[in-house]
Amino acid sequence: MKLRTSSRKRGRGAAVALALAIPLVAAACGSSASTSTTTTAAPGGGGGLTPPEQNAPVQTSVGAGEGQLNLIAWEGYAQPEWVKPFEQQTGCQVNAKYAGSSSEMVSLMANGGGGQYDLVSASGDADLRLIYGGDVRPVNMSLVPSWKEFRPFLQSPAFNTINGKHYGVSLQFGPNDLLYSTKVFKTAPTSWSVIYSKKYAGEITIPNNPIQIADAALYLSKDKPSLGISDVYELTQPQFNAAVSLLKQQKPLIKAYWNLASNEISLFQNGETVVGAAWPYQTGQLQAAGAKVADTIPSADGATGWADTWMLAAKAPHPNCAYKWLAYISTPKIQAEQAVSYGETPANADTCALMNKIAKGSCVSLHANEADAYFKTIKFWKTPLAQCGNGKSDCVPFVDWQTAWTQITG
Amino acid sequence: MTLVAAPEGRSKKRVARTSAALWRRPWLRATLTLSPPLAWFLVIYLASLIVMLVTAFWTVNPFTNNLQHGLSLANFRALFHAPIPTIIGRTVLMAALVTVADIIIAVPFAYFMARVASPRARNALFVAVLLPLWASYLARVYAWIVILTKDGTLDWATQHLGLGSPNIGYTNTAMWLVFTYIWLPFMIIPVYGALERIPDSFIEASADLGARNVRTLRSVLLPLALPGIVAGSIFTFSLTLGDFITPELIGSGSNTNMIGNVIYDNIGLANNLPFAAALAVVPIVIMTLYLLAARALGAFEAM
Repeated sequence: MKLRTSSRKRGRGAAVALALAIPLVAAACGSSASTSTTTTAAPGGGGGLTPPEQNAPVQTSVGAGEGQLNLIAWEGYAQPEWVKPFEQQTGCQVNAKYAGSSSEMVSLMANGGGGQYDLVSASGDADLRLIYGGDVRPVNMSLVPSWKEFRPFLQSPAFNTINGKHYGVSLQFGPNDLLYSTKVFKTAPTSWSVIYSKKYAGEITIPNNPIQIADAALYLSKDKPSLGISDVYELTQPQFNAAVSLLKQQKPLIKAYWNLASNEISLFQNGETVVGAAWPYQTGQLQAAGAKVADTIPSADGATGWADTWMLAAKAPHPNCAYKWLAYISTPKIQAEQAVSYGETPANADTCALMNKIAKGSCVSLHANEADAYFKTIKFWKTPLAQCGNGKSDCVPFVDWQTAWTQITG
Repeated sequence: MTLVAAPEGRSKKRVARTSAALWRRPWLRATLTLSPPLAWFLVIYLASLIVMLVTAFWTVNPFTNNLQHGLSLANFRALFHAPIPTIIGRTVLMAALVTVADIIIAVPFAYFMARVASPRARNALFVAVLLPLWASYLARVYAWIVILTKDGTLDWATQHLGLGSPNIGYTNTAMWLVFTYIWLPFMIIPVYGALERIPDSFIEASADLGARNVRTLRSVLLPLALPGIVAGSIFTFSLTLGDFITPELIGSGSNTNMIGNVIYDNIGLANNLPFAAALAVVPIVIMTLYLLAARALGAFEAM
């Protein structure tokens, strides 16, 4: 896959999704689940299910390393810049296997990692599937000192913490935010309405990705409250149709549906587009190139986004090395390195100065300086399934999202 | 010693008998020689095609997003739902237009290479034709983004010539230009091969019989070059039909979908392998028809 390697360090899409020509969030999250877990899609696992008990007791101390550590990771998550020093410090040889989608991660982790894998950098929806599938085991957070420095909303988020048990350590996250030209917008737009507005016809760009249906639903949840949209990934047919029809109305206004972050960057650089949906990565690249742009999470609507977690395999063969990795990857220095390398926001709140040291201005462009309130409105991605969180099964599954998206773009 | 010699002699006899049997039966010899590559072809090539065709009858479970084995025609029916027919039509039209453009460029070019240029110039032209193939496909597509984008190289050139600014980045026209460029070597080489094989005496004979250049071109050169052109068109047509990178990078995404990238989009996150497989049958059918037509034109006899 030429595309994949060529774009490795670009934003999240780079690694996984650009190759797949699917923007980031989506790729980060993949698909496939088992029926039993989908019923528990409600945050916090409120569906009444409890995760299977693990036989292995939760570790209370970290012993000597086993010499090996087997990771399943997104491409770009095990870069030599931070893997090499880890190997030297701990003597744990890191073997990383890159997965292309969440479904691949889930199947690799089946049967507790098969006694082969130790950790997986799971995202969004995959987390709950792994927890309820009994493939991961609780982590003792007192053995991960830097966890206390994490942003509070990522210390015990519903997608990786059940009944106070932590099934993983949050890693990095990011919003799908609104990118705009500061020449056209004197102040930051407060609503996504600008990307549906005839005023900017021919100057709008959005990702070429079905996930945009969730973004449209997010806007409609405020603009048309009568639709009753409460979860943008669990849409009933009428809600889904409303989002699709909004996107069809938007189509004549679109300059291009972008596939690669670099496409959007060149669109904004040439002034072909003035407003669009983006990742913080593009903003940073454009600002570094001197383009007059900024990005925002529109305060009226919020945004969609993604979040990743390192999870410990139930049958991890090298738990001590795994704990050493969890402690290491959570430290401000390594969090900053990965954030800048990949173009995402670190879970550790104490990274701003370190990020700027690596790349000037990266703290601001990746929003690592923002207060928690700024991120409060992010709806973290999960795979749409027919089963809704409310116990009904009349939601539109992702396969139909893809079909509808082809109908929209033509 | 006799104890040892006996089996040795017997085995020698057996070898002799085997080779005699093979000599008497050429078909057996051919079968044994060809069976390893044939087995490889059957297992690797045909088996994967068959697996793909079988997948086309499966469905995706809406509750788990997992594949459901079964025998459903839903995916084939979905091929007739808007906008898939439009996308198929667009892809075939694009492949045809790219092929025509490549023929128009390649025939005079190959003629010059084969019959006019000095051996030295011919070598230089060969290198020029093949050199782009050594560079990454992606790098070349990116170069075209730079050329075609607003205020890019093309706009800059036309503005300086006073022709205004075409600004054709992210359109079907841009895709057509890029495809024509990318697949051009695959047309030039077979056409060159066909033209190069025409003996000089044919052209002299045509002149001796009173034919002027245009008549010689029409009645001698083009008919003899046709198999090369058809062979080249098989390449350009099928490569355009299946490509997904150029539509994703050069197309705007708005009314620029092609078969290749729709298949690709359905495989990734949607995990809709069954529909992707059903859609993949379309180019196979189109190429089969195309190859049958090419055979009728006698393209394979000259290849």
